[in-house]
Amino acid sequence: MEITWQTIAFAAFAVMTLGGGLMVVISRNLWHSALFLMLSFFGTSGLFVLLVAPFLAAVQVLVYIGAIAILVLFAIMLTRRMMGLEETQNTQWPAAAAVAVILFIILVITVSPLVDEKAVTDIFGDKVANFNANLPVDPDAKDSGVVANQDLNIVTVEAIGEALVTRDGFVLPFELASILLTAALIGAIVVAREDEA
Amino acid sequence: MVPLWFYLVVSAALFAIGAYGALARRNAIAIVMSVELMLNAANINLVAFWRYLNPFEINGQIFAAFVFIVAAAEAAVGLALIIAIYRSRQTVIVEDVNMLKW
Repeated sequence: MEITWQTIAFAAFAVMTLGGGLMVVISRNLWHSALFLMLSFFGTSGLFVLLVAPFLAAVQVLVYIGAIAILVLFAIMLTRRMMGLEETQNTQWPAAAAVAVILFIILVITVSPLVDEKAVTDIFGDKVANFNANLPVDPDAKDSGVVANQDLNIVTVEAIGEALVTRDGFVLPFELASILLTAALIGAIVVAREDEA
Repeated sequence: MVPLWFYLVVSAALFAIGAYGALARRNAIAIVMSVELMLNAANINLVAFWRYLNPFEINGQIFAAFVFIVAAAEAAVGLALIIAIYRSRQTVIVEDVNMLKW
């Protein structure tokens, strides 16, 4: 595989995602953890851009960095006495590290058959080949049969919005998600507010 | 183009990091952050498989969008619970919150 700008961008965003994630779990200062969490979210957003999912990348920045990370920062400030803990990891951290490493190894072993790019089509059937038969594939990756980025213009925000509200699309999950968000909103207010009798 | 397994390995690594954080951190807010990392890892996986295997259906992106929704709800309720616990027990260390432990 030759080194292209895409590869370099992928490496940069992957380092951002994983480095940020690692600092979240090992940083002693909780405030720094939250800031590294933002970095990790931003790296994920970059990966979404590379995967030609610009809508999800924008939502990632808005929802994760703009809402969830800010919510975490507020929670840290509201519990500020807990920020400077002497011990940030509990006594079972070696076991936790072992579990994480074993999990990673198992996942990598599961993924390893896909290293051969032709195997992707073999494992997942002819679906990929059928879909892409009439379309020009990415010239950088002829063997893999992956569609080139510029042929993906059909997946627009409009298409996503339509899929969310059409009957043979996702209208039921969409409404359920609305109920879930409303319940979460009310639940969060009820749980977190002060009892004034 | 970057092969599919690059994304899958990054996602696996991010998930393992999040799992370590959820198991080893003492501060409940740090645990919530680790869970968010794991949700992010799952999302990278969903979008990568969508892009490489079935890019002309938007199902993969919709799945990822629903993960966003669940993550937002989870963060809101989780942090509200942590703040409520802090108010009644003056701690967010999960080992000290053992009222329900027999």
